Amino acid sequence: MPNTADWLTQLAGVPLPGRSQEEWRFTGLAALEALAPELWSGVDPFAQLSLPAGISRIGADQVQGLQQQVLKATGGSDAWSVRLNQGASPRCLALRVAGAADPLQLHFDAGAAPGLLALQLVLVLEEGASLDLLIQHGSSGPNATSLVAVVQLGRGAQLNLGLLAPGDASASLLSHLSISQAPASSLQLTTAVGGWALSRLEPCISQLDGAAQTRLRALQLVDGQELADTHSQVRFEGPDGQLDQLHKVVADGAGRSVFNGAVRVPRSAQQTNAAQLSRSLLLSDRARVDTKPELEIVADDVKCAHGATISRLQQNELFYLQSRGIGAEQASRLLLRGYCEEVLRELPAAAAALNPLKLLLREHP
Amino acid sequence: MIRPDAPVLLEICDLHARVEEQPILKGVNLTIRAGEIHAVMGRNGSGKSTLSKVLAGHPAYTVTAGSVSYMGADLLELAPEQRSRLGLFLGFQYPVEIPGVSNLEFLRVSTNARRAQRGEEELDTFAFEDLVRERLKVVQMDPAFLDRSVNEGFSGGEKKRNEILQMALLEPLVAILDETDSGLDIDALRIVADGVNQLAGPDNATLLITHYQRLLDLITPDYVHVMAAGRILRTGGKELALELERTGYEWVDQELTSLGREPAEVL
Ligand SMILES: Nc1ncnc2c1ncn2[C@@H]1O[C@H](COP(=O)(O)OP(=O)(O)OP(=O)(O)O)[C@@H](O)[C@H]1O
Ligand SMILES: [Mg+2]
Repeated sequence: MPNTADWLTQLAGVPLPGRSQEEWRFTGLAALEALAPELWSGVDPFAQLSLPAGISRIGADQVQGLQQQVLKATGGSDAWSVRLNQGASPRCLALRVAGAADPLQLHFDAGAAPGLLALQLVLVLEEGASLDLLIQHGSSGPNATSLVAVVQLGRGAQLNLGLLAPGDASASLLSHLSISQAPASSLQLTTAVGGWALSRLEPCISQLDGAAQTRLRALQLVDGQELADTHSQVRFEGPDGQLDQLHKVVADGAGRSVFNGAVRVPRSAQQTNAAQLSRSLLLSDRARVDTKPELEIVADDVKCAHGATISRLQQNELFYLQSRGIGAEQASRLLLRGYCEEVLRELPAAAAALNPLKLLLREHP
Repeated sequence: MIRPDAPVLLEICDLHARVEEQPILKGVNLTIRAGEIHAVMGRNGSGKSTLSKVLAGHPAYTVTAGSVSYMGADLLELAPEQRSRLGLFLGFQYPVEIPGVSNLEFLRVSTNARRAQRGEEELDTFAFEDLVRERLKVVQMDPAFLDRSVNEGFSGGEKKRNEILQMALLEPLVAILDETDSGLDIDALRIVADGVNQLAGPDNATLLITHYQRLLDLITPDYVHVMAAGRILRTGGKELALELERTGYEWVDQELTSLGREPAEVL
C-alpha cells in the first residue's frame, strides 16, 4: 500500500500544501495523512435522490464548462482542495433551478467506511429563481469527505444555503464552495461545523458585476485535538455590492481554530458596503484561535468595516443567571447555546428539526 | 410592618468588602425581620449597589470582614445560585442582556431551580406558560417579551419590569430592589410599585434602594437608611426620606468628618 501523503499527492497532481504556504500556514494535514490511502466505497449518496418541483438535472455535457466558468470567476481553480477533489473520482450532482423551488435537503454521511469520499455539486439558479438548500455532512469513522460545490446565481436569484456539519474525531471534511453572483442576486450562506479531526471550509464568492447581496454566517466549534479552518473570500467585481459577514468560533479543550476572511474590493467596485465581524469564545486555556481579516481595498468610495474579538464567557452574564438560581455549569451551557444559536437560527428552516445545537455540541441530555 | 417578635431573615454585621484592591463597604450593619420594608438611600457611589451585589454573591467583590446570616445560615458561604434558590432576590440596577437565550426558557429554568429547592415539582413547558401568563399580569407586561432573548434590546423600563416579573415568579423571602424605579415612566412606576406591594407579605421582606421619594410615596417603608462612604450612617422611619428630600445630603459630610475624628467608632 502506498503511503497516504504520496497517494494524495498523486490524486491532486501537486504536492500536499505545507506550512510555507500562507493559505495553509496554521493548518496541518496530519488528520488526512492518518487515513488509509483508498477511495471511499460506500453507497452512492446521490443514488436515490428525488428532486422537488422546480429543480431539474443538468446534462453531463454541460457540467465541466459550468464548473470551469465559476471556479475561474472565484479564483477557486487552483485551490488544492479542488484539485484533490477532481483527482479522486468524484460523484457529481448537477441541478438547475427555475422559479421558486421547494426546499431541498442533501445528506452526505460518510458513515464508518474508511477512505476518501469526493463529491461535486453543481447548482445553477436561473434568473429570478429561489431555493433553500440544506447540505448536511456527517461521519462516524476514519474517512474524509471532500465536497466541491459550484454555484451560479443568475440575476435576481436568491439562494439560502446552509451547511450543517457535525463530524467525528477521526474524520476530516474539506469543503470548497465557489459561488458566482449576478447583480441583484442574494446569497445567504450559513455554515455550522464542529467535531472533525480536521475541517477546512473555503467559501469563495464573487459578485461578478457587484450590486449583489452576500450574507455569511458561520459557526465553528473545536474541542479535544480538533482543528477547524475557514478561509473565506469575497470579491466585488463591480459597484454597489454588499457583504455582511459574521464568523463565530467556540474553542475548547486543546482545539485549534483558524479563520481568514479575505475581502477584495478593486477600483471598479465603488460604493461597496462590506462588514466583517469575527467573534471567538475561548473556553479553555489550551485552545488556540487564529483569526485574520484580509482586506484588499483599492476603490476609494467604499464602506468596509471589520472587527475581531476573542473573549471568555462574560462574568456579568454568568452572574445574572446564577443570581436566578441557575448553577454555574448550567449557566455556562445556556450562554454557550445562546452564543451558537445566533448563527444556527439562520440555517434554512429544515435544519430546526435536526436540532443542530445538539448535533454540534454533542450534548448528553 | 414592624413586629419586634417577627423572625430575623437577614442580619448584616460589620460587613466590609472590597473590589480589586479598593475597599468599598466599611462596616455595614443592618437587621431585617419578616414583614418589613426597608429603604436604603444615599449619594451616588456610596456603596448601595455594592452592598446588594455582595449579598447576592457577585464574584468581583471580596468580603474582608464581618458576617451575614440569612435565615440562620451563613450567607457568605453559599454560591450565588444557592442564595437565589433559598429565596434571596436581587433586582439589578442594570439588568444584563443575554443574546440568544430565550427569556421564557431562562424564566422557566430559574423558577424550577427555586421550586426544586422548596421541594415542589418542576413545571413542564405547558404548566410554566400558564404560571408565567398569570404573573405577567402583575407587571402588565406583553407576552411577546417572553419570546425574545433575555433583556436584549429591552428599553430601560422593560428591563425593570422583567426584573419584577422574575421576582413574582421566584417568590423571594428577601427581595433587594436596586433602583428598580429609575428609568420608569409614571405609569410604569405605579405598576412596579403595585407589583412590589402585592408581593410583600408578613413572611417576607423587601429592601428598596432608591434615590426618590416618589417611590416611597407608593411603597411605604418601615425603615429608611442613609448610606455614606460604605456604611449606614443614619436610620429612621419614613419621615427621614422626606427630610432628605428637603435638606439633601450636605449633613452627611459633616457627620462623616466628625466620625473621621473618632475612627474607633467607624471601624
Ligand atoms: N467593579 C468595580 N470596580 C471599581 N470600582 C467599583 C466597582 N464596583 C463599585 N466600584 C466603586 O465603588 C463605589 C460604590 O459603587 P456603588 O455602585 O455601590 O454605588 P451606589 O451607591 O450604588 O451608587 P449609585 O447611586 O450611583 O447607583 C463607587 O465609587 C464605584 O466606582
Ligand atoms: Mg447603584
